[in-house]
Amino acid sequence: MSVTQTDSSRASAYEVVQASREFRTLRRRFGSFVVPATILFISWYFLFVIVAAFAPGFMRISVVGEINVGLCFGLLQFASTFAITILYSRWARRKLDPLSDRLRQRLESGRRR
Amino acid sequence: MTGIAAVSSLVSGPVVSGPWATGIVGKGMMAAQIVGTPAVNISVFAFFVIVSLVIAISAGGKNQTTTDYYAGGRAFTGRQNGIAIGGDYLSAASFLGIAGAIALDGYDGFLYSIGFLVGWLLVMLLVAGPLRNTGRYTMGDVLDLRLKAVPVRAAAAVSTLTVSLFYLLAQMAGAGALVSLLLGVNSTQGQDLTVAAVGLLMIFYVLVGGMKGTTWVQIIKAVLLTAGSAVTVGWVLARAGFDLSGLLHDAAASSPAGNAVLVPGLLYGASTVSKLSFISLALALVLGTAGLPHVLMRLYTVPNAQEARRSVAWTVGLVGTFYLFTLVLGYGAMWLVGAKQIEAAPGKANSAVPLLAFKLGGTLLLAIVAAVAFATILAVVAGLTITASASFAHDVYASVLHRGDATPGSEVRVARITAVTIGVVAVIGGMYAKNIDVAFLVALAFAIAASANLPSILYSLFWARFTARGALWSIYGGLISSVGLIILSPVVSGHGNLSLIADPHVNFALFPLNNPGLVSIPLAFLLGWLGSVTDQHPADPARFARMQVRALTGVGAERGGHS
Repeated sequence: MSVTQTDSSRASAYEVVQASREFRTLRRRFGSFVVPATILFISWYFLFVIVAAFAPGFMRISVVGEINVGLCFGLLQFASTFAITILYSRWARRKLDPLSDRLRQRLESGRRR
Repeated sequence: MTGIAAVSSLVSGPVVSGPWATGIVGKGMMAAQIVGTPAVNISVFAFFVIVSLVIAISAGGKNQTTTDYYAGGRAFTGRQNGIAIGGDYLSAASFLGIAGAIALDGYDGFLYSIGFLVGWLLVMLLVAGPLRNTGRYTMGDVLDLRLKAVPVRAAAAVSTLTVSLFYLLAQMAGAGALVSLLLGVNSTQGQDLTVAAVGLLMIFYVLVGGMKGTTWVQIIKAVLLTAGSAVTVGWVLARAGFDLSGLLHDAAASSPAGNAVLVPGLLYGASTVSKLSFISLALALVLGTAGLPHVLMRLYTVPNAQEARRSVAWTVGLVGTFYLFTLVLGYGAMWLVGAKQIEAAPGKANSAVPLLAFKLGGTLLLAIVAAVAFATILAVVAGLTITASASFAHDVYASVLHRGDATPGSEVRVARITAVTIGVVAVIGGMYAKNIDVAFLVALAFAIAASANLPSILYSLFWARFTARGALWSIYGGLISSVGLIILSPVVSGHGNLSLIADPHVNFALFPLNNPGLVSIPLAFLLGWLGSVTDQHPADPARFARMQVRALTGVGAERGGHS
């Protein structure tokens, strides 16, 4: 599996794959999850950071007893991190891996001969 | 300006000893403050060292090839590796530092753990799988596949070594501070000796165990750390009658700051500049994780991209759970130990958790916590050493100096020699850096990682027009601006933790923020873009095609088997 030895010829083969419909589907599918998820978690995190820095009064509002909005907001950051991790793991296993495995197997069997 | 310096020194980073440690510990307090029985602490610690050494030796028995030495034969499962990454990531800064920060400053300590955790999503979503598919051992491999430029590989090695060394120094410095509390070693020579012992042990793990042995040390440490803190957390909650609101109430009541410990602002809320400093830190924390070389290198110890992803999922679970524990540990220490006793102890904030353990479970629980703390430092230090030595041997020696024709045997030999050299440098640096604020060094490592490493990793994986020139601009630009801004910040040039300036009227700080992230990270991204679009040699579309196809499908990636 020495791809680097045949750089120039191999690279053009990669361009063919890159342009193929199957690969474009894989790429689009990958992007359709990770791009919105990344934008979401970064905005959500910075919303928290900015509120913590500039609106501590909001964080002081009590929810239950001494448990205030600040603590809940912080814990929600944990919850969202766990949720995105679990959702992405599951989604990638179901939607991404079969497609990428199929492409890889085809590419690798094609290369051996 | 002095006001800014004083406040901004408080927001300098993930806290180990924190700014609190820079105060002068009252003479005579040291001896009075040793808790527990040093003999018991030493025995429990010695037991851990012996067990982990045996495991490192037996696991590292057949470290022949570069893949064995650097990547543990790529034979770890996602779960094993995920736990090991957690072990690598949860340094003393997390275990003792964050809980200590919460114990003294309440909510603001909690903010660090959120940044440290959320940063993992970037690794999960954008980096783990594609990076595993396109590299072999180091970040330099990934950039080389995309750009095929020796200077870029050298640049990647320079930034890897810089980040690792700062991180390493922080851990070694932390080791010295811990000893005084836990083992009753107060003399300078005694602390130096302990730092040297930590260094020797680490060199031994790395030389004998390679990546495989180091990984097992990290796994054991992560399990011990989680179990030890779970017991302590359970104990605190039981004491509070499993009433979280009540725990918070009692904690706030026993703090000199009162209810202010339950909301953000105690540490960094004083002025707009200190708030911006905090935002800068928050940016560095969330983007730094995905650029930490010792984290990235661990992704290569599993057979394929799916397992790399699974590793990160396990890490998120472990790290997240652990940071939830630190919340209870921190407020628990605030309540049961009290800020006064923590402030008076050597190591200050660092001693909050050990003091809490002693208060709850006496000598035995303290000894366990002490052993876990040492195990933590040892494991993290070993992981950093192997990363730095791999980067030097693989990127500088084999690829830059020998242009790829070095034999694998000589590469591993060079890696081992480098590990010893780095160990010696870290020991000397650790002795010297004992009194330097550890938090500052860790925050610096995160900021450099986010500035120098992350832009070129993301660009090379996802941007078609990225060129070698862009990579060089981004890596060196990020490296120089982040380190340079730290030097110009109040921390070094004003009256912060690293400053040598004694005269209160002298202040060279040209850059007001304590963390360079807010400027240096966008700058590095901008430079990567600018260097690429103005490059006379435009990007080769064939290389990008190869990169993208390999990143998403895993074709051509070196796979490993389960052994």
